[in-house]
Amino acid sequence: SLAGFGNLMQDVLWCFSQVKGTIDIGVTEADIISTVEFNHTGELLATGDKGGRVVIFQREQESKNQPHRRGEYNVYSTFQSHEPEFDYLKSLEIEEKINKIRWLPQQNAAYFLLSTNDKTVKLWKVSERDKRPEGYNLKDEDGRLRDPSMITTLRVPVLRPMDLMVEATPRRVFANAHTYHINSISVNSDYETYMSADDLRINLWHFEITNQSFNIVDIKPANMEELTEVITAAEFHPHHCNTFVYSSSKGTIRLCDMRTSALCDRHAKFFEEPEDPSNRSFFSEIISSISDVKFSHSGRYIMTRDYLTVKVWDLNMENRPIETYQVHDYLRSKLCSLYENDCIFDKFECVWNGSDSVIMTGSYNNFFRMFDRNTKRDVTLEASRENSKPRAILKPRKVCVGGKRRKDEISVDSLDFSKKILHTAWHPSENIIAVAATNNLYIFQDKVN
Amino acid sequence: MFMRGLKRKCFDGEEDIEGTLAGIKAIPSYNLQRQSLLDMSLVKLQLCHMLVEPNLCRSVLIANTVRQIQEEMTQDGTWQMINTQSTGQASLDRLVSTDILCRSSREQAEGKHVPGYSTFNKDFESDHAQDSSETMSTASSVQAPRNLQTNMWEMENPQENKGNFQKSLDQIFETLENKSPNSVEDLFSEVDNSYYDLDTMLTGMMNNTKMGHCDGLETFSSPTTTPSNSNCKSDLNELDHIVEILVES
Repeated sequence: SLAGFGNLMQDVLWCFSQVKGTIDIGVTEADIISTVEFNHTGELLATGDKGGRVVIFQREQESKNQPHRRGEYNVYSTFQSHEPEFDYLKSLEIEEKINKIRWLPQQNAAYFLLSTNDKTVKLWKVSERDKRPEGYNLKDEDGRLRDPSMITTLRVPVLRPMDLMVEATPRRVFANAHTYHINSISVNSDYETYMSADDLRINLWHFEITNQSFNIVDIKPANMEELTEVITAAEFHPHHCNTFVYSSSKGTIRLCDMRTSALCDRHAKFFEEPEDPSNRSFFSEIISSISDVKFSHSGRYIMTRDYLTVKVWDLNMENRPIETYQVHDYLRSKLCSLYENDCIFDKFECVWNGSDSVIMTGSYNNFFRMFDRNTKRDVTLEASRENSKPRAILKPRKVCVGGKRRKDEISVDSLDFSKKILHTAWHPSENIIAVAATNNLYIFQDKVN
Repeated sequence: MFMRGLKRKCFDGEEDIEGTLAGIKAIPSYNLQRQSLLDMSLVKLQLCHMLVEPNLCRSVLIANTVRQIQEEMTQDGTWQMINTQSTGQASLDRLVSTDILCRSSREQAEGKHVPGYSTFNKDFESDHAQDSSETMSTASSVQAPRNLQTNMWEMENPQENKGNFQKSLDQIFETLENKSPNSVEDLFSEVDNSYYDLDTMLTGMMNNTKMGHCDGLETFSSPTTTPSNSNCKSDLNELDHIVEILVES
């Protein structure tokens, strides 16, 4: 069933389904989840962490015996995607943290995904093996070579069933194309190319070619001292393989058409909202910096996330967004403190639901927010162990801004800013969401009647 | 940006003594707070050099903030040289034109009081009560000397300051471009080695992500404040020294 708040005049009730990760008080830095992504069917859910590992969960088949279990996600494959590296030329470490994972659409029995750290993109093939050949002539069962003089007969090896094994193999490594840190990767709708974007440049790759990439955007100034703006995110249009967008640290979005020129330095469209002079402060630019940009599934809209808001833009209107949603406006008066403790630089992501009717993004205190574009209703939910009883309905949370604090409300000053929900994902066609809370992955589903 | 309640009084355009007092009270505190923001930003930028790989987006945003403050201070400095007598309406207009606001003007009109914000304000008020009382006593007499005095620092070396900021920014972006491993050492050759300790200390601070009403700023100014990371108590004095250098440069 397609997702949507307010179907049949009823709000969706979100329930706890599963949580992955340890409950330890001390969090190992390597276990911090840095990206979450469903594949195109929603059968697989991938996470990447700071330690360079990828964990893929697979949804189990729904069973008639246990209808309430509604297809739980279990570990399918775990592999080390990236290792820490050292750049000897610059005397700098290259982090193994996985910045982004993007799935390719499935074209055969195997699954393919792209994973990237700051510098290198890798194409991984994840495939199942449930048979193995037996009866080799030159090797014995343990793989040791047999003495040829001892072989008296020949036989044809046969395939025998074995326990299911899921293998992940790196099929391509796309390296040495980025001087700056990769923040985005995006698979093109032609399924033959993809792009990788760093702070100053965007490169176009062909999946089959690893020793070359085309530079399609370059905003590096001739004189680095003149640098005032960087690229923060980029994405291909879901249907038009020549179109992509990229966002900047100054709160602008540029839409580019690769047919116009090889180097897309001149945008086809430029999206920027005029600044509100009454809200101007020294922090205005920082909070306008866009941390994520996502096309709607329809391709008609783009959604952007800046520090305090989520905005929806119509591709046909460049001068302002069509919708603006306040994520946590109570932080506006705390910007100085948030600048001091660096939280103001946190990069929150945002996601669309399958029908583009609801958008979701994270906040602090392990809160995440959903906005229904049709009913204009919004809700704040929390990913916490306390609300983790099986099929327990999540209770809406509320932040008290001033004055009297009601019983269930939490005051702004009590929010835990170390608990940030930066990464979330929404199943492509169902009301299933994955929320990364530091080192834990929460899966929530809508209530089954 | 920080002086919401006081600024509002300024914007009301009261010509009487009370209004003028509020106006004068606003100016030095605002400058001090802006100075603190500038110091904090410069320290953050310096830290960038020491990190494994500086986050370019963050560095650019901080550098742009520094530039904004620098531009405004240059403008203010020039302005206060010229307008020493007619501080009434002209100064208020000037403050309006710089548009440093944290809240919307609608909220201002409603006189909305934001608790956390005012606490931050109060910290500065208590720290600099000395300044304020001084200001008030001289207010009614001669405004010009006070204004000149507070802006002496700005006026003395507006060009130098500008040059120093630009130099810092240039160095930062050069380093970010990573021309050679030596560039990082070049940067450090000017700075006391206690900067390495600064990193440990401030990393500890930055991990303390609870809302502490800008506790960090208080740590900068008063050596007796206990930082979150107890390993770094000995480094606080060195940190003071470094911040002093930044302020005086």
